[in-house]
Amino acid sequence: MAYKLVSADGPQSVPALLHRNAKQFANAPAYREKEFGIWQSWTWSQTRDEVEALALGFLELGANEGDFIAIIGRNRPYLYWAMMAAEMVGAVPVPLYQDANAEEMAYVLDHCGARFVIAGDQEQVDKVLEVQDQLTQFERIIYLDPRGLRKYDHAALDQYAAVQDMGRKNRDKHIKELEARQAKLNYDSTGVMLYTSGTTGKPKGVVLSNRNIIETAKSSSEFDHLRQTDDILAYLPMAWVGDFIFSVGQALWTGFCTNCPESADTMHVDLREIGPTYYFAPPRVFETQLTSVMIRMEDASRFKKWLFDRFMKVARKVGPAILDGKPVGLMDRLKYGLGELMIYGPLKNTLGLSRVRVGYTAGEAIGPEIFDFYRSLGINLKQLYGQTEATVFITAQPDGEVRSDTVGVTCPGVELKIAENGEVFYRSPGVFVEYYKNPESTADTKDAEGWVATGDAGFIEESTGHLRIIDRAKDVGKMADGSLFAPKYVENKLKFFPNILEAVVFGNGRTECTAFINIDLTAVGNWAERNNIGYASYQELARHPQVMDQIQSHVEEVNASIAEDEMLSGCQVHRFVVLHKELDADDGELTRTRKVRRKVIGEKFEDIINALYDGSPSVSTVTEVTYEDGRKGSIAATLEVRDAKVFADNRKKKAAA
Amino acid sequence: MKDQADGYVTADGRQIGPVVMEMKNITLRFGGVEAIKDISLDIREGEIRAIIGPNGAGKSSMLNVISGFYVPQDGEVWYKGARRAAMKPFQVAEQGIARTFQNIALFEGMTVLDNVMTGRLTHMETGLFWQSLWKGKAEREETANREVAEKIIDFLEIQAIRKTPVSRLSYGLKKRVELARALAAEPSILLLDEPMAGMNVEEKEDMSRFILDVNDEFGTTIVLIEHDMGVVMDLSDRVVVMDYGKKIGDGSPHDVRNNQDVIDAYLGVAHDD
Repeated sequence: MAYKLVSADGPQSVPALLHRNAKQFANAPAYREKEFGIWQSWTWSQTRDEVEALALGFLELGANEGDFIAIIGRNRPYLYWAMMAAEMVGAVPVPLYQDANAEEMAYVLDHCGARFVIAGDQEQVDKVLEVQDQLTQFERIIYLDPRGLRKYDHAALDQYAAVQDMGRKNRDKHIKELEARQAKLNYDSTGVMLYTSGTTGKPKGVVLSNRNIIETAKSSSEFDHLRQTDDILAYLPMAWVGDFIFSVGQALWTGFCTNCPESADTMHVDLREIGPTYYFAPPRVFETQLTSVMIRMEDASRFKKWLFDRFMKVARKVGPAILDGKPVGLMDRLKYGLGELMIYGPLKNTLGLSRVRVGYTAGEAIGPEIFDFYRSLGINLKQLYGQTEATVFITAQPDGEVRSDTVGVTCPGVELKIAENGEVFYRSPGVFVEYYKNPESTADTKDAEGWVATGDAGFIEESTGHLRIIDRAKDVGKMADGSLFAPKYVENKLKFFPNILEAVVFGNGRTECTAFINIDLTAVGNWAERNNIGYASYQELARHPQVMDQIQSHVEEVNASIAEDEMLSGCQVHRFVVLHKELDADDGELTRTRKVRRKVIGEKFEDIINALYDGSPSVSTVTEVTYEDGRKGSIAATLEVRDAKVFADNRKKKAAA
Repeated sequence: MKDQADGYVTADGRQIGPVVMEMKNITLRFGGVEAIKDISLDIREGEIRAIIGPNGAGKSSMLNVISGFYVPQDGEVWYKGARRAAMKPFQVAEQGIARTFQNIALFEGMTVLDNVMTGRLTHMETGLFWQSLWKGKAEREETANREVAEKIIDFLEIQAIRKTPVSRLSYGLKKRVELARALAAEPSILLLDEPMAGMNVEEKEDMSRFILDVNDEFGTTIVLIEHDMGVVMDLSDRVVVMDYGKKIGDGSPHDVRNNQDVIDAYLGVAHDD
């Protein structure tokens, strides 16, 4: 293989790492949880003792090697320990999504054949009890929070602490067996099984070996220079691979401390109190936070608002450069320093991000304004690209090379290749072992040489070596001249403007791209109110000439930025309409999760698409709509078709424009 | 209804103890108005006892008699085997009776935590001297009481608003904070005056769960007044029905629901055409 196994002589399993940490970082904090208003903490050696007691209890309950032990609940140290304890006894921990309903849970529990379920509270216990008749191998539930469970029949129910006590009491009886089982664990034994959320079809169980976990944790920790003294906040679902790698994999490898919030509602307060140094959040979290800052600044006194605006201007100008260590003039540095003292510092403190040394976002595209806002404050926010099958890391942005439109360079040990159709393939020490009990899917995804298909289309920028993801592979097409057509890439760029709620870009097999636009009624309505523009309906506002002008300027701005792109400059939007109705899931135009259904829209609005391509200045149309109560009606409208300025292409002369 | 003097076990496995409080032939007058007319009722240890009735039936007055705030002109109140004399509210609190109010009575400007801590007042022993000195005895006592308060905050799942001033909370949350403050006193009898008035369905479900959990976890005896019949029938072990100051029914939810007087009082008497 192309990469080498770096730690062949080091700890080869999750329990082995735990024992190493208990010795090496014995008195350093390993896990913290806020309970009863106080941060309770456990050192690495205490963690080892807790995990061991639970593992001994598992043995007393009769856990066998190769058993599956499911874990359901919010992020709590006890549940992380349960995962480690499961591995200690040679069983496979399977964390499940706690918000899954009983039916979904039944499928997963039955698929892996879990004998034991560790449940966080009564809610989870109830769900498991509800479906227990459908489960053939299920035996016992071990619950954490006894509240409300006192009256339950305890024949197949144990309290977590009681299992630990049982383990401590029978230590002499089982300790030899426990040691023997741990000694058998190696790089090839299974470390964890994680179910993919299953947006298409049934969830699949991704089997990750100790090699996957430890190699990935090691290389990614080194990539970002994580330290033993780092702190993270564990608040994302335990069943998600990222949380497992951050809160167990990397935590064990570097020995840093994992902090669990008091409850889901207190996340922001807990974030401020802990001040993590290593932080992950999906784009929407950053977006919501930014929105709330902006709204609160609107309500601030005039002087504060002035100060904020003035210093944010400075930050936007020089902040990212300072963060990247690029040369910045003395005057600007002084201004930025003053801003740090008066605005950025207090703001970061309010957000709980004062101490963040490494911050990541991933999952979907993040708006450049949002991304730049955080970076300009001096928060080292970066992007990464990964998936469960890769044990998270495929690419990540190294310090100093951060941009909002790439997902970074390959992580250590990862190889990338781009297929003919643009699909990204990777191979790495983190590549999953298999989909459990599903050899066909395994073979479909992973070839004999270990290359895994991501399902995403992208390309590697020649100048920087950064990977850029442009779309789902199945949505990517070709323009008539053979250049790449990536609708979602353009749509995302359009949607980053607050005024644009939804965009649909057409152009597959055609000479030029066109677009449908939905305005955001809240944002545009707000603007209309402030500018004394009266309107009676969405439709009326949407065709207001000033609104059209604004949208046109947004489209042109997007065109300008796409023109700079070597691969995608063909996707500039030449003509567009602002639709007379909002695309709606009730009309079948969007999925329930608000994803655009291209085919339905293409058929339904065929007349408008034709008008976009035949050069007519306007189009009259009648559209059927479904009201919320199920009745049907229709909207008739005449839409103005606008031409947008397109920009010179980098590669070839633009004759058609 | 089983009538064993020293208690029984409910269908869902809760232990109901002997009678802890007994009201004998209570009559309460305000000037010429008889708010309560010769009513007797008992409260057993560990049970959830509901008082229902149409508006103006005298339910809140009854609750005020139980809490000792009103002293009835006639009749006796027996508590823990002894006849209770007229008392000041703080003496009632010291006897282990806590309550919430129909119209929320919290300290609006104080945080949730501070409000809950006021419920610990009867458990504080240090006087003005130690409190002003702070270090030592008073500080230790504060820590111990804070621990109790935090357990209740955790129990009622209000951690996220711990440091929020009460005035900024929604109505439903304020009700929950009031319950927290009452619980902080670690009462043996908890009186709830319309705990679910003005709440939406979700808030009612939450509150019902908390009431059941309080009764279950702490073994607290609960007396509640409530208008939502569904809630009353689901929650309570025994129900007293009042109308115009008189008791017209007393027994299990099932008995009360089938009691003709009760049906008449609620639905009006039907006349043959």
